Amino acid sequence: MASEILDNTAEDPGRRSPLVLGGHTFATLTDTVCEVVERPTPRAWWVAFALSLALTGVFFAMLGYLVVTGIGVWGLNIPTAWAFDITNFVFWVGIGHAGTLISAILFLFRQKWRTAINRFAEGMTIFAVVCALVFPTIHTGRPWFDYWLMPIPNQMKMWPQFRSPLLWDVFAVSTYFTVSLLFWYVGMIPDLATLRDRAKTRLRKVLYGIFSLGWRGSGRQWHHYERVYLLLAALATPLVLSVHSVVSFDFAVSQLPGWHTTIFPPYFVAGAIFGGFAMVLTLLVPIRAWLGLHHIVTGRHLENMAKIVLATGMMVGYAYAMEFFIAWYSGNPYERFVFINRALGPYAWAYWTMIGCNVLAPQLFWFERARRNPLALWVVAMFVNVGMWFERFVIIVTSLTRDFLPSSWDYFRPTWVDLLTLAGSFGLFMTLLLLFIRFLPSFAMAEIKSVMPEAGLEHGDHRGHGQYWGEIPHQHDHQFEGGTS
Amino acid sequence: MRWKPSLVPELPDPGRLWGVLAEFDSVEALLAAAEKVRAAGFSRWDVHTPIPIHGLDEAMGIRPSPIPWLALGGGVTGAAAGLLLQWFTNAFDYPFLVSGKPLFGLPVAVPVTFELTILLASLGAVGSLFVFCGWPQLHHPLFANERFARASSDRFFISIEAADPRFDETATKWLLEDGGARAVEEVRA
Repeated sequence: MASEILDNTAEDPGRRSPLVLGGHTFATLTDTVCEVVERPTPRAWWVAFALSLALTGVFFAMLGYLVVTGIGVWGLNIPTAWAFDITNFVFWVGIGHAGTLISAILFLFRQKWRTAINRFAEGMTIFAVVCALVFPTIHTGRPWFDYWLMPIPNQMKMWPQFRSPLLWDVFAVSTYFTVSLLFWYVGMIPDLATLRDRAKTRLRKVLYGIFSLGWRGSGRQWHHYERVYLLLAALATPLVLSVHSVVSFDFAVSQLPGWHTTIFPPYFVAGAIFGGFAMVLTLLVPIRAWLGLHHIVTGRHLENMAKIVLATGMMVGYAYAMEFFIAWYSGNPYERFVFINRALGPYAWAYWTMIGCNVLAPQLFWFERARRNPLALWVVAMFVNVGMWFERFVIIVTSLTRDFLPSSWDYFRPTWVDLLTLAGSFGLFMTLLLLFIRFLPSFAMAEIKSVMPEAGLEHGDHRGHGQYWGEIPHQHDHQFEGGTS
Repeated sequence: MRWKPSLVPELPDPGRLWGVLAEFDSVEALLAAAEKVRAAGFSRWDVHTPIPIHGLDEAMGIRPSPIPWLALGGGVTGAAAGLLLQWFTNAFDYPFLVSGKPLFGLPVAVPVTFELTILLASLGAVGSLFVFCGWPQLHHPLFANERFARASSDRFFISIEAADPRFDETATKWLLEDGGARAVEEVRA
């Protein structure tokens, strides 16, 4: 039946649309997803990988140059002590948040469409956080002393200062990385076992065998496994909200006009989800076309993501407006100056780029045709990526360049090292992502299967994609029929 | 291959009987058979499925997992460790006086305490998962069975171990065949 349905974007309140199209059975779904990993490496992958690897080389060359020369190779100075480094850090951490939102928050809300995209988005989270972690590490200037950030007993008999948000950040981001990694890996174990069971070569058998830990899909293992998965989702949900809140504290706890505002935590979290979903779309639209996975990542999945981009984009737009309102309403002349300077001062070009990309571009998603057109989705998502980078740049640089003392006012210009480091971080991100797609199950087979009709849960008065949690009504009526269905 | 002089052809060692493995086509057939195996009083048996099947815990009579309690233990440990760490380092061992603010205050201790709570609760949950599942376990007699490879793709299985006190080679196989299995095989270790 499902094979006739090619478009699942229609809304019919009477029945739920199928989440997997193309008449897939468990067996064909396994084949389709595993084939991505099992077929000979496509030429396109090598081309993309070579480019990404070259860019990663540029990244590490820039880091090496920075470490051996000093932080003066960047364009920042006093008063602009933070610029590209922290902008890139906040940008990359934010990207990661969409992955956690999809894997944890949508899981708790029982949004079953998440199954097609969650593994990929979780992978994206890990790689984005890897890129993010590089920037605070290197921006300290002397990264070989970074262990001072950890409460490790040392020869100075000193401890870190725990009342500083910068230290909270260390704990928040490293916890976020660890928990995201656990979530990603635990979720992947059943699928790694699938790859192990299908492996043809000795090397694959051994490696997938080790990483699947001896998974046998046992009822007793699934029982514990599902508890842990639910627990991780429940723990990751407040975690992801806390991480970007803590990142925003780096700014909000300071006394600087433009930074010292209470709207920052929710505004940063909404922005992170907004930018992260845009990055998921940016990556998934071409990858879905490249791998031919239209039946798994369907039009409905893309449309749902577009709706989230629109909703979070509106929240971000509201936050921009509210910042201006509070600057005026507070009656604080410094606050007023900073915001007028943002919109009309020397960085007006960056501010209006941000507004255009983050507030205006997503408005296209009010139109159904735009939400269902992969090209339109991709273009808008690219605008949002640019816009979200500029958002952090505007916040950081406009406040810092206008010091309290006009004689020290500054105009920050990035150096070639700044620009190449930013470009290089994309190389690292893409390299990790390409390796992931090539060697790991980038679509959560076991989870996708459990929302398919074959999961055997569409009977009785239960309707839906397959209830994932909770009671199954009338299940006992079917238990003693026995035999094959 | 080296030629070995021998009068009788060498047969591979069949191995000790580990148990039997039954394959099922659908979730319904599996659930029905699992009820029967449970009713027959077996204790050392399991099902193997590519997806988590709800209703199976009841059909198999699995007791609720204690992992949430262990995760809670991890969380409480993390919270206590977070508070103690901040109090010890900044107020006790090396009193840090910043702008005359209190050496230890609960509000500023919240973020780090919260992160450590989440971290240790997650590590507790995943760590106990490893313990309860016996991971990493790199070999198992079932992995030698060719049919079993589909347990991670599209088929549903029940395995009953020979070590079960109620195991009887003929009767147990018959029970599974009667329970609607499409195939029943012996598994040797």
